[in-house]
Formats: sequence, structure tokens, C-alpha cells
Amino acid sequence: MKKSLSLPRILTIACLVLLAVMVQLISMGALPFIDNYMIRVLNLCAVYAILGLSMNLVNGFTGMFSLGQAGFMAVGAYVTALFAMTPEVKERVFYLEPIEEWLGAIHMPFIVALLLGGLAAAVLSFFIGFPVLRLKGDYLAIATLGFAEIIRIIFLNLQTITNGAMGVKNIPPTADIRWCFAVLTLMVVFMLRLINSSYGRAFKAIRDDEIAAEAMGINLFKHKMMSFILSSFIAGIGGGLMASVVSAITPNLFRFTLAYDILLIVVLGGQGSITGTVVSAFVITAAKEWLRWLDAGFSLGPITVPEIAGLRMVIFSVLLMVIILFYRQGFFGSREFSWEGLFNIFRPKKKGDKKEAA
Amino acid sequence: MSETTAARRVLHTEAATMRFGGVTAVNNLNVEVFEGEIVALIGPNGAGKTTAFNLITGVYTPTEGKVFFAPGRSGEAPQAETEITGKKADAITRMGMARTFQNIRLFKTQTVFENILIGQHLHIKSGLFSAVLGIGHKEEKAMRERADELLQLLGLDHVRNEPCASLPYGLQRKLEIARALATNPTLLLLDEPAAGMNPQETVELTDFIRDIRSRFSLSVLMIEHHMDLVMDISDRIYVLDFGQTIAAGTPAEIQNNPRVIEAYLGVDADA
Ligand SMILES: Nc1ncnc2c1ncn2[C@@H]1O[C@H](COP(=O)(O)OP(=O)(O)OP(=O)(O)O)[C@@H](O)[C@H]1O
Ligand SMILES: [Mg+2]
Repeated sequence: MKKSLSLPRILTIACLVLLAVMVQLISMGALPFIDNYMIRVLNLCAVYAILGLSMNLVNGFTGMFSLGQAGFMAVGAYVTALFAMTPEVKERVFYLEPIEEWLGAIHMPFIVALLLGGLAAAVLSFFIGFPVLRLKGDYLAIATLGFAEIIRIIFLNLQTITNGAMGVKNIPPTADIRWCFAVLTLMVVFMLRLINSSYGRAFKAIRDDEIAAEAMGINLFKHKMMSFILSSFIAGIGGGLMASVVSAITPNLFRFTLAYDILLIVVLGGQGSITGTVVSAFVITAAKEWLRWLDAGFSLGPITVPEIAGLRMVIFSVLLMVIILFYRQGFFGSREFSWEGLFNIFRPKKKGDKKEAA
Repeated sequence: MSETTAARRVLHTEAATMRFGGVTAVNNLNVEVFEGEIVALIGPNGAGKTTAFNLITGVYTPTEGKVFFAPGRSGEAPQAETEITGKKADAITRMGMARTFQNIRLFKTQTVFENILIGQHLHIKSGLFSAVLGIGHKEEKAMRERADELLQLLGLDHVRNEPCASLPYGLQRKLEIARALATNPTLLLLDEPAAGMNPQETVELTDFIRDIRSRFSLSVLMIEHHMDLVMDISDRIYVLDFGQTIAAGTPAEIQNNPRVIEAYLGVDADA
């Protein structure tokens, strides 16, 4: 049963190679129609896709309503930023009150800092998980949201560690487009493998029916904890990348509205679909940027809309409501992209097709 | 199969009682199941049968009393009896007791095959990362092979890749039993396995239960309303009414027990 080189496999590899070439060309500036602004948007798309995957793991695949993402991102972002910055830059950034000596002296390669950021978020989620993962539904959402706010407030007040409300600036812009897309690809592969492993099936079993899952010998708390920790690790990595992409972070960046943005991506894409999350992260993040003109005021023929800050967010919120009211499955439901599925669209439907394809 | 020599006891409850606020759903329950037996738990609606299952399988902790179980896996000799009162449901399943539900609880977004795979997750040896990184691919392969074996054995292989929610009712019930068997139990608890089945399916189910009992060396405790099935298949029967055990014995003894007849037919008109 060695499926060494089937057609779908070849196509997948070809697409990955194509993506790698494109990303390399973009980062070399060889594609003149893609300017720095667009690169920045693409980076953000990738980061939001990673964050969406993180939330989808817990919410979409394990069926826990958790909204703590912003808090874990903040941890990842600050740890990555502070560990990757050079001591000199840190000294300049912390001009109001000097940074703690030990932290000021630390300097490590970006990849190590990023991993530590993810790990820090994971460790924190382990401790938060103990009290909150016993809760269900709305209670879990409220508790996780609360913890995220607590983390933000703590960061706001740890002047000598986080530079308080002024935040951290001049974070090394190591995470270029190659980084962002490489990490995203890794995360997608990881998620696909996880979801199709026995543990992933256990997560989905818990989502479908907790009582039945428990009757199948699945330890609910242990598996929820695994999902929560992995999700937080991914959120921490996403936060670390984001810090490097945007180069300046403040605690206010990690308000609960951030969790809402990610929730929008996950719900629109389809809870329980990795494909859906990635697609909707790109669509929404890009659309949000390109719809900035809505906020600036515009005229539609005779109607002139004045400048309304946040009009595009209103539009997105309305979109979310419409989806939730009429189209709860999102773009993809819990389906995933597959080459077979794609071929089947273009092939006339015949009975018994399904079996041949298997 | 009346017991001659001292068969090993795999399950017993000791004065198990379950109260919900003012309602005593199960009162002073003393059930015994011996190795290889099929034991039925019958009684009118609301008698407390499902509640009895729930306190045996760890869904509830009994308000009073104790539950004992001789753990072990199918095909191996069960171990000495241990108390399982208050243990969690998943831990009890891992000890070798599996169940089905009155209102079918399949993993409805999953296929038939995946439902069976999930039933095997409790025995997984690979850790999370070896499973994800593919280091544990041998175990995954073994799980898949065993799932296919089980499906074939139970006659479900023709619906292997169907989403379980699309199966007809009878097959869903069967799949739920198959999923319970995937956990490799020594004791199987079935909550109304014939509910919603037509007479033909019920007869088939009777054979099916007998078959899996011997094939998987199981002991079975079963709640059932179809009296033909119960009388045909059971070695012993317990009758509950309003939480009380009003009778216990062989099918013949139960059929002629006046209290049972009364409980089922309501208060006797000429009493
Ligand atoms: N979680 C609960 N909370 C409160 N009351 C309960 C609970 N579970 C069961 N009961 C009550 O306990 C009694 C017994 O219920 P149970 O479901 O065990 O009956 P049953 O014998 O399985 O009936 P049926 O044949 O209808 O399935 C009922 O009066 C029921 O309302
Ligand atoms: Mg019942």
C-alpha cells in the first residue's frame, strides 16, 4: 500500500514548490507589481491564518468555546520581541524606566525567540487550563476572555519588563514573507496530521458528543488540555510573528477585539475546516485592508458618505451576523480541500464514482 | 446457561442508590453479573433502568452504596473484583466495561470507520507527538486493520465510509455496539438495543448479541423492552419498578411472578 507518487501527491508538491518560488521571488523584489504594502498585507494574511488555525483547533475541532487567543498571542509576541531585540535597542526603547537587567541582556536568534514565545504561551495555557477547562460553553468563553484581559492588564503594568502602555518598538523585522509562509505551511501540515491522527479523532469525538467520548474511555480533561495547549502554542507563534511583522506592539493591540477578529475568520471559513480557515484568513485580512476607503468617506453617484471611522468593521460585523443567521457552516463547513474533490467538480456525476476514487 | 459451578462474578452493586433531589431513581440495587452471562434489566418506563446503568458506568456517582467490577479485556481472564464507585466513566471503560446509549450517541460528523477508530483510542500507546509526526504509524495501521476486521465481523463493512448519521436506525444501533466492542471490553452494557427495530431486526439482534457474547467472551447486562428478546436471550432477569428491584430470577420465574405482571399491567383490576 505504498502510495509513493499518486497524482494528488504530485499536484500538492507542485503547488508547494510554486508557492515557495513565488514567495522567494516576492522577497527578492522580482515581482514589480507586488509592492511593500502588499507584502505587508500578505504577511498579515499568513499570520491571521496561523491564528485562525489556533482558534479552530480548540473551537472548531474540539468543540470548546474559548476566546483567550489574544492573551496567548500577547505572551508570544512580547517574549519573541524582547528575546530577539538587541540589548542596545532595548535600552533605547525603554527610555522611561530602564528594562530589568537580565532581560535587557538577553539576545537570541529570532527562531529561538519565536519558539520560546510559543512555549511560554503553552506553559501559561497549562496553568489557565486547570481551572477553566472544567467549564463548558459560554462559561468557558467568559473565563478565557477574562484571562486574556488579565494578561493584557498585567503587561500594561509591568513597566520594567514590557515598557507598559508605550509598548515595544523597533522589533527586528526578521519575519519576512518567507518566514510567514514557511511557518504557515508548517502549521497547516501539523494541523492536518494532528486532525487525522488518533488524538485528532478523539478531539472531534469530544466535540460531537462529550458523554459518548467519555464512555469510549477518552479522558475529557486530558484531551481538552492537549488541544488547549497546542492551540496556545500556535497562538504564541502567531503572536511572535505578528510582533516582527508589525515591528511595534502595545498591550492595546491584544484587546478582546482581536479574539473577535480571529473568530470572524474561523466562523466564516467553517469551524472544523483547515482549508476554510486559511482561505477566509486571506480573504478577510486582505479585504479589510483594501476596504479602507470605506472609512475615509466616499460617494456613490449622488450619495456622499462622510468619513466614518470603523465603517468597514461595521460591514464585517454585519457579514458575520448574516453568516451566523443563514449560513452557519461558513465557506467550507467542516470539509477540506482535496484534489479528488476538485476533479469531481469537473467530472460528470456517475453512480459508483465514490468507490472507484477510494 | 444456568450457573452450575461457581462462575466468576464480573459485576455487582451493593445497595446502590441514586437520588435526584427528592426523586429516588434507583433504590437499594443489588445486581450481579457472572462471567459469560446475559443478564437483563427490565421494568416500566421511568423505573430507573438507565439510571442504574449510569451509576454502574460512572456517569453518576451513586448517592449511597457501592459498585464492584472485575476488570479485564475481552479474551483474557478478568482480574479480581475492585470497587469502582465514584470512578470516572472513561476510567471505567478503560478497565473493560463498555456501553451503548438508549438515545443513540454516535459521533455524528464521523464516518462509520472513524467511529470504530475512536473506540480504540483509549488503548493508544503512542504519545501525541509520535502520533502526529508519524512515528506511531505502525500503531495507527494496526488500529485501522482492527477496525476493518471488526466491521467485517459485524457485517458493517458495506457502509464503512458512510457518514454514520446517514445510516438507517437499525445499523446505527449495531454500529454503536460495534464501537463499544472496539474498546475491547469484558462487560458490555446495552441500553435498549432493540428500540425502534422491527420484529425481523429484533430476531437478528438476538442472534447478534449471542454471537458477539461468545466471539468476544463477553458478559452482557442489557436493558430491553421487547419481552420476546429478553425471555429468549437472558440467563437471568432483574425487574425494576419505581427504583425498587421487585423481582429477580430466570426468565421462567419472572414470567410467572405476580408482582412483575402487576407492575407491567398496572394494578390488577380484580385485586
Ligand atoms: N439526571 C436526572 N435528574 C433528575 N431526575 C432524573 C435524572 N435522570 C433520571 N431521572 C429520573 O429518574 C427516574 C428514572 O429514570 P430512568 O431514565 O432511569 O428510567 P428508565 O427505567 O431508563 O426509563 P425508560 O424505560 O423510559 O428509559 C425518572 O423519574 C427520571 O425522571
Ligand atoms: Mg432508559
